[in-house]
Amino acid sequence: MSKMHEVEAKPTALLDTMPRIDAWDKVTGQALYADDVRWPHMAYGFLIRSPYAHARVVKVDIEAVRGLPGVLAVLCGPGSVAAYGIMPSTQDEHALAAKKVCYLGEPVVAIAAETLHQAEAAASKVVVEYEVLRPVLHPGVPKSHTALVHPEHPTGNLFKAVDLEFGDMAGGFLDAWTREDRFFYQGNNHVAMEPHAVLAYWRPDGKIEVSSSTQAPHYVQRELARALDVPDYRIRVVAPVIGGGFGGKSEAFPHEVAAVLLSRECGRPVKITLSREEVFYTHRGRHPVSMRVRTAIGPAGRIRAMEFDTELDGGAYGSYGIASTYYTGALQPTTYQIPAYHFHGERWYTTKPPCGPKRGHGTTQPRALLEIHLDRMARALRMDPIALRRQNLTPPHSVTVNQLEITTSGLAECLDAVEARSGWRERRGQLEPDRGLGVACSSYLSGAGLPIYWNPLPHSGVRLAVNRDGGVQVFCGLTDIGQGAQTILVMLTAQALGIDSQRVRVYTADTGMTPVDLGSYSSRVTMMAGNATLQAAERMAALLLHVAAERMGVAEVDVLRKGEDFLVPMADRITPWDDVVKWAEEMQGPLSTVGGYTPPPALGRYKGSGVGPSPAYSFSACVADITVNTRDGRVTVHHLWVAHDLGTPLNRSMVEGQIRGGVVMGLGEVLMEAQAFNPDGRHRGPHLLGYRIPTILDVPEIDIVLVGEPEPRGPLGAKEVGQGPLNPVIPAVINAISDAVGIDLTETPITPDRILRALHKQERGRAQ
Amino acid sequence: MAGTLLQLTVNGHPQTVWIQDKTTLLEVLRDGLGFTGTKNGCAVGQCGTCTVWIDGVSRLSCITLARTVEGRTVTTVEGLADWWRERHPEDVYHPLQSAFVAEGAVQCGFCTPGMTMAGAALLQEIPHPDREEIREALGGHLCRCTGYEQIIRAVAAVGDRGKEDVR
Ligand code: FES
Ligand code: FES
Repeated sequence: MSKMHEVEAKPTALLDTMPRIDAWDKVTGQALYADDVRWPHMAYGFLIRSPYAHARVVKVDIEAVRGLPGVLAVLCGPGSVAAYGIMPSTQDEHALAAKKVCYLGEPVVAIAAETLHQAEAAASKVVVEYEVLRPVLHPGVPKSHTALVHPEHPTGNLFKAVDLEFGDMAGGFLDAWTREDRFFYQGNNHVAMEPHAVLAYWRPDGKIEVSSSTQAPHYVQRELARALDVPDYRIRVVAPVIGGGFGGKSEAFPHEVAAVLLSRECGRPVKITLSREEVFYTHRGRHPVSMRVRTAIGPAGRIRAMEFDTELDGGAYGSYGIASTYYTGALQPTTYQIPAYHFHGERWYTTKPPCGPKRGHGTTQPRALLEIHLDRMARALRMDPIALRRQNLTPPHSVTVNQLEITTSGLAECLDAVEARSGWRERRGQLEPDRGLGVACSSYLSGAGLPIYWNPLPHSGVRLAVNRDGGVQVFCGLTDIGQGAQTILVMLTAQALGIDSQRVRVYTADTGMTPVDLGSYSSRVTMMAGNATLQAAERMAALLLHVAAERMGVAEVDVLRKGEDFLVPMADRITPWDDVVKWAEEMQGPLSTVGGYTPPPALGRYKGSGVGPSPAYSFSACVADITVNTRDGRVTVHHLWVAHDLGTPLNRSMVEGQIRGGVVMGLGEVLMEAQAFNPDGRHRGPHLLGYRIPTILDVPEIDIVLVGEPEPRGPLGAKEVGQGPLNPVIPAVINAISDAVGIDLTETPITPDRILRALHKQERGRAQ
Repeated sequence: MAGTLLQLTVNGHPQTVWIQDKTTLLEVLRDGLGFTGTKNGCAVGQCGTCTVWIDGVSRLSCITLARTVEGRTVTTVEGLADWWRERHPEDVYHPLQSAFVAEGAVQCGFCTPGMTMAGAALLQEIPHPDREEIREALGGHLCRCTGYEQIIRAVAAVGDRGKEDVR
């Protein structure tokens, strides 16, 4: 039976066993997700999507549709007034394609009707003429002009190339033993169980209300403002309960823009809910990346220099692409000391659904290759893979070659923990045939140090109020996408104010009501919204203490807290929280404080230095124990040991859930998931049978160890846990396969046919 | 458009709804009657989020044509607690609901209604299921958040309630 092991004597927060505040609503069916929300007299929207991956739009005839039963509005491209996009420097999207479609599934026409069936029926009457072009399915310079995805883009299909160099590369490679490895990491989808949905209303007074399944209401508000040419303040974006995100709901989507426009046309609220198939075509998931790494190793297995090249297949539009590209080079030095480092990354346009951020954003793919590469070097050097890693660990409280500031690091303890618990020393090399053990490390940000668009403002803001009923309200723009962010805010507030958590209510994810928090991405919420909450709560605690002292006629130092009460031992006086709160309101008026969080400034001053910095990094290590069936090529994962340094765990049950969820998602990526396309640009299986994710039957035993020390920059010492634990699983499994049967795999997912092919190749090699 | 009136009982109350030939039970529940607790994760029978009980048996409502449930009794996640309370007046909620909360089996919660309905149905059939039986019963229910372990623990915890019969 799987267990949650703890390292002894870990300092933990007081309320660390509190159940999630939204759990009851979710088990009783009360929680309202975007598609559950209904507004009076709402209409249903439907998008007609391109059946071709790449085509010129010759003619769109929507006239036939007007006047059909139930039809309220119909729109064709471009829909948006201006091109928009999540990154300020790459605004290349429109809500509806006007001249060209660049991926199969790209929206072309939007229809609103009284019922969804009427909208769908009307859609079948719309005639769109296309001039079909050859799909562009791979990165690379195209042979003809018609194979340019965006002919106006100055560098052709090359979306962006970045190049960074640190340290003495020539010196590092001089007279050194080197090894080079290549790997192709396949793209994959988030598959949040909730498909995207939006409900939008262009009110008669020109204000725009949007309720959408988004991880980042603030960014959606900004993008909508640009796409519609409407001032931000007229748009209110609310995220209701969100059924999972994993990065897939982090920017504005065509259906969101279209719903707003349809509502303006018909004067009624319009809901658009994507089908599962549409989600696969909307995508923004993990980029397919072809990678190459070359490393120079010195005596005793110390890394001297490394070059790392990545080529990202970006799909049709920019999305987070610039950030994704930089991320494929950013975090290699956070785990291992690399004195000289060269990174070259390229992202290419292709005519497939745009890729974007998925859990581990841009770091998952290079992490896989780096850890595979280290194992192959260890084998060549006849070193133990863990020993080789230990030789190279980036020490705590250091600065990496690419100017990332590492604070606390429990990476060494992570390795110790998985080594000990997996029985690595006794078992490795002694296992039965075709069984193997593999190891890998990783590290992740506790929030991106810089925002998506440059600004000097706080990344997270909190407004806290205490009411005369004794309750506390916390307003923060963060989104709880299922990770439990609201619960963390309740816990931190209760802790800082010394009150029962029942007194605290949180109001989140509403640009019309809450101070800005940039959103639920880059594992930033506990770190940033958490610190902002603590600041607001500590200010409130100080205010109340001051009031209590004044009213009781003593100095502040003479007032103690016991439970919720304010205590003056020398006067033998006890005043309950509720009374102090009323005193305070009487003296100061309605009670409110604010808190904000801005990450410490990044150290790097080079172009591209904005991607990678974080207030603190989490660290993880994983050992996988697997067997390869050499007859049918199937891999059985027996056991995974995962150690994670997240500083202080604030809520054990939620931490365990994050780790397990991330680890199992990693298993899916390494063994089964592929966002892959046919030569015509059609998804190979845009449904949950064609695209399998791990079921309950696919999950092995997973042992979790929490290590590390409290992080001084984290709220109550906490670092991230939402994304980091996914990354090491993939290379650990691949390294275990190499250990088991001696094959070196070159691409994910590791499906049985790939195993069999590699085994045959190995056999042929031996025969020769 | 041709349509017909459907009569059924949902969470203990008789309902009459106007349906088309191809209307699914999921559409009746969510759009017709407002029982939005039942989720639509795929609409084609591949994820389990739409699981409800039809005459006490757990079924995928997205691939159940509404006209096939004429006169039958449907229980959704909203009605699970009532259903339990009728048999166990001392409880307010189904013990599996409490166990999901206590064990941390809920994250985003989108799979939760389907998981609880399937888990509760399993507990009806096998009051003390072992891990394998739980995994078997929930094999068709996808969860992207939890990695499933805490869900297994929640079902097992109810099964472990010893002498107490969960029927
Ligand atoms: S919605 Fe019914 S199985 Fe997915
Ligand atoms: S809790 Fe999110 S899908 Fe299961």
